[in-house]
Amino acid sequence: MAEFTLPKNSVVKKGKAHPAPEGASRVKKFKIYRYDPDSGENPRYDTYAIDLDDCGPMVLDALIKIKSEQDSTLTFRRSCREGICGSCAMNLDGKNGLACTTAMEDIKGEIRITPLPHMDVIKDLVPDFTHFYAQYASIQPWLKTVTPPPAGKERLQSPEQRDQLDGLYECILCACCSTSCPSYWWNSDRFLGPAILLQAYRWLADSRDEMTGERLDELEDPFRLYRCHTIMNCANVCPKGLNPAKAIAETKKMIVERAI
Amino acid sequence: MGNGTELGRVRGLGSAREGAHHWWHQRLTAGSNLVLMVWFFVSLARLPGLEYGLVHDWMASAWVAIPMALLVASVFYHARLGLQVLIEDYLHDEKQFVFLVLLNAFVVLGAGIAIFSILKIAFGASA
Repeated sequence: MAEFTLPKNSVVKKGKAHPAPEGASRVKKFKIYRYDPDSGENPRYDTYAIDLDDCGPMVLDALIKIKSEQDSTLTFRRSCREGICGSCAMNLDGKNGLACTTAMEDIKGEIRITPLPHMDVIKDLVPDFTHFYAQYASIQPWLKTVTPPPAGKERLQSPEQRDQLDGLYECILCACCSTSCPSYWWNSDRFLGPAILLQAYRWLADSRDEMTGERLDELEDPFRLYRCHTIMNCANVCPKGLNPAKAIAETKKMIVERAI
Repeated sequence: MGNGTELGRVRGLGSAREGAHHWWHQRLTAGSNLVLMVWFFVSLARLPGLEYGLVHDWMASAWVAIPMALLVASVFYHARLGLQVLIEDYLHDEKQFVFLVLLNAFVVLGAGIAIFSILKIAFGASA
């Protein structure tokens, strides 16, 4: 049965409050999910107040400021700070996104930050991606051919064939889409989820790949592919503006085309 | 069964290699539900009245009994496909099995009774 309530040891308690520095004129409040597996305690919400006049504009700027000035124990992933690495994916006031490309001024009032929904939490805002990456590996995301490569040359593609990959290759595997999908919440053990299915379609759409039939065989499954019910949360949250639901629909069309 | 590694668990028992027909039939019956439901309500609205004898005689015509039986078949089949997905989504383990069996029993019985009723009117004496 899908679980709709948190188990007792996962209920989020009230945590510590970190006030804004004295003389702060433009104060923004944050309510951030904290969990330390070593402490044996329940997760908690700590609150932090920062001065916007002394901080960059993005949520990630605020997180880095909090970590360096108020609480060095706050744990989160970040790297490129420009929306290309996907490390700082988290739930920002109820909507998944990248902390580095989400502006604080776009979120009214207190900003509540939690880890990506329905993932195992390693610590604070750091979720466990082991299963997600194994699902990615399972679709064999590389070029597979029967034809040997032309001697001394690359495999050629026309500009039109290359265009087929637009809207697919830009995915940074941040998992914002998969962890916003209710179907993925209830059945992630068997449903591949929007991010992985978008990548699966990226190879189905590649003019150089010759394993389309085998790839479709592997995808045609009531759970792996058909748990997608076109809820569209994936397209709604994607920080790169991609549409995994459309890629999934195209995959379903390809399977129907060969079956009917 | 390679369930000792993460990739092994993801690969699991492999792809079922089915689902295309379920998906396609759900869409087909959605279309036929739409057409037949429109026919049903328009026909009802065009009847001069809704008295028992009038509707009974209307139903006895082949032009009504056949689409009516098709409507019942289409609606029950569509409901079975849709509720199957719902049960698979939210129920796991043995509960899923029990509810799927109950669903199939309900659909077969419900459609059976409805189609029998239509046939009884169609082939019975007039009211």
